[in-house]
Amino acid sequence: MSAYFAPAFFSYLLGKCLKNKNPVLEVAKLGLIVVGTFAVVWWPYLHSKEAALAVLSRLAPFERGIYEDYVANFWCTSSVLVKWKKLYTTQSLRTFSLAATLLTCLPSMVQQVLAPSSKGFLYALLNSSFSFYLFSFQVHEKSVLLPLLPLTLLALEERQSLLWLTHFAMFSMFPLLHRDKLVLAYIALYALFILVYFAPGGPSGRCNGSKTRDHRQTTKRGMGFLSSIAFHPLVMGFLGLCSLILHVIYLTMRPPNKYPFLFEAVIMLICFSQFVLFTLYFNSKQWMLSKHLTSKDKQKKII
Amino acid sequence: MKQLLWFFGIATTVKLLLIPSYHSTDLEVHRHWLAITHSLPLSQWYYDETSEWTLDYPPFFAYFERFLSVFANLIDPRIVHLHHGLNYKANSAIYFQRISVIVSDLFLLYGVYISTRNLPSLKRNLVWVLLIWSPGLLIVDHLHFQYNGFLFGWLLLSISFLAQGKDLMGGFIFAVLLCFKHLFAVAAPVYFVYLLRHYCRGGLVRGFARLSAIGAVVVAVFAAAYGPFVYHGQIQQVIRHMFPFGRGLCHAYWAPNFWVFYIMLDKGIAFLLRKVGFNIPTPVASFTGGLVGDASPFAVLPRITPMTTFIMVLLALSPCLFKTWRDPRPRLIARSVAYAYTCGFLFGWHVHEKASLHISIPLALVAVESLEDAKHYFLLSIVSCYSLFPLLYEAQEYPIKVLLLLLHTILMWFCFSALFPKNIAAKGSLQDDKKSTQYESKGSSRTAAEKQRFELGWVAKSYLLGVVVVEIWGQFLHPYLLGDKLPFLPLMLISMYCAIGIVYSWIWQLKWIIIFS
Repeated sequence: MSAYFAPAFFSYLLGKCLKNKNPVLEVAKLGLIVVGTFAVVWWPYLHSKEAALAVLSRLAPFERGIYEDYVANFWCTSSVLVKWKKLYTTQSLRTFSLAATLLTCLPSMVQQVLAPSSKGFLYALLNSSFSFYLFSFQVHEKSVLLPLLPLTLLALEERQSLLWLTHFAMFSMFPLLHRDKLVLAYIALYALFILVYFAPGGPSGRCNGSKTRDHRQTTKRGMGFLSSIAFHPLVMGFLGLCSLILHVIYLTMRPPNKYPFLFEAVIMLICFSQFVLFTLYFNSKQWMLSKHLTSKDKQKKII
Repeated sequence: MKQLLWFFGIATTVKLLLIPSYHSTDLEVHRHWLAITHSLPLSQWYYDETSEWTLDYPPFFAYFERFLSVFANLIDPRIVHLHHGLNYKANSAIYFQRISVIVSDLFLLYGVYISTRNLPSLKRNLVWVLLIWSPGLLIVDHLHFQYNGFLFGWLLLSISFLAQGKDLMGGFIFAVLLCFKHLFAVAAPVYFVYLLRHYCRGGLVRGFARLSAIGAVVVAVFAAAYGPFVYHGQIQQVIRHMFPFGRGLCHAYWAPNFWVFYIMLDKGIAFLLRKVGFNIPTPVASFTGGLVGDASPFAVLPRITPMTTFIMVLLALSPCLFKTWRDPRPRLIARSVAYAYTCGFLFGWHVHEKASLHISIPLALVAVESLEDAKHYFLLSIVSCYSLFPLLYEAQEYPIKVLLLLLHTILMWFCFSALFPKNIAAKGSLQDDKKSTQYESKGSSRTAAEKQRFELGWVAKSYLLGVVVVEIWGQFLHPYLLGDKLPFLPLMLISMYCAIGIVYSWIWQLKWIIIFS
């Protein structure tokens, strides 16, 4: 599961090593540590190839197929139009998903290798886990928690995104929770989150400090079109209303017999659309960061 | 108001999360009362014997259950069916009842709002934390299941009316409260004396007129409640149900009151005397059972009867009554009421440990008034919440109750610490403030500021440490070291240890009433 974060770690550490005076030595040290740790942990299973492969096959159960249930990721959503499971074998699907994941990870990895920074690292974690969630093999709905973690760490910079993504992450897990009879806990915890987020006298009420001004400026310069559409109050209100109605429909009405999973599919579509928008948004934010940093560096050099 | 609703919202989400957890037989009791009041005519409410849970609250509560049963019937008619609803454990019943408690807590919210309207904002928020997020109320109302929040709303309303000088309203609300749950009558002497001296004064004629006014109000309230039953000639049955004196001195689990020490003393003396050689017969009767003829459950010490406890409560209450008679002041009414409930708790007959809520809720209103009050309330609130732990004996509720108490303690600590140095800093000059906060060295200003900070003395700290020790012993060491032997020992320890705390609170309150008035 933590492989979701692996590209971010890799690229950040690589970037840091390369910035060092003696890059080759640093990379060698890092590589030695990683390989050494793996060797120590996997020692009992390294005595033969079959043993190691047995462990691997349990960790990554490829026979289960590229998707299961109704996860809001690319393969599942597009399977509405393109029946992946019928058209291709598991082997080829495996290669597709690997390629797609790595491709979508690539921009954020490259950014970190070129300009590593702690803030950028958090964004890289977010982006790599998101691309894994969207394009990886056999993703569970629970995995949406993995992108949510670095976003929570970035809560002060990305206040609105946190609220929005939490809403859609919860929403995408709703059918699963309903099956587990956890609807009451869902409602109560969601309400608790909203109450804590909008605490009277808290940051979302007050904070009009310089941080947010800078933030708004950078967003305006780089993001303009995308963020103005995505966070526009009307759009947010409309989507919020849709999700509320869908919650109620899911709980009360029965789906038509011809399409027994209609409601899950609709939920999945909405969540997927938002997740895609988020991925684009966060990737561009990460690239904006390096531009911001380089401009700061230039100013420092001048001084 | 918006902030108050925010506090209430947070509490409500926690209460919603607790819906599927443990509930006691009280859930079935109240469900049965919904059925009785819905399915039977009024004349049979106090006579019905379909279930062992007969109606033993006064008529207003029965009317309240009747009101709720209308909604219950709409949601699921089987809830209110007299026979088919027995031990009905479906989700509809449980959710309906739990949500009815949550909604009735709105009344507590109203009472809190009215009581704290005039406080400055920081103190007001702190009182809200103490009342709306009270862990004791959460444990008793939303886990064990009762309607105390609703009733305490009426009590707080009555106290705040009296504190504002609106005596007639205060008396009226208290009379209504008595007809909801007669346990609140322990504070009736205080109300009586206070209203007599504060409201009914100003010469013979005016005083007498006012006395008749308040008398008329109280009589009217009681008539509205008990009238229909007097009409049916059932008043004896109603009273017999409300005061079941067939019960013993103590509840099955001993509430942490004075009688715990009395019982332990009795057992201790009997044990010593037996060792010395005297022949002390072990008593046949038990403390928790009823009054078995002439047999006394005590081996050595004199027997305690309901009348004895009544007299002792009045004796303990008398200093407060005396002070109220001499000088009835509106500002002290909350303390007097809390003191009355403390005496009732310590010396009463068949006291339930839930009654410690009656002490801590009114005192929360005055906990912010001074540093001493805050320190006292800190200890009292922890002791009273800890004494409620045996109510939730199942393993799955253990983390919940421990976390609730810990969170409450931490919140109280931070809130009180934030409140008190600020007060003093506001009083003193800016220079003094800077000195005491920045330079940790010379100057009498430093000692003055430190004395005013919220911190506990070593006695209090060791007592609280003792709470942790008692809990560790009861939960972990006792099963490990002693296994199944002496199973009553942990509960007895909790009961005795909390009783020490409650006795301390009683003495502190008594001292305050005598000295500071």
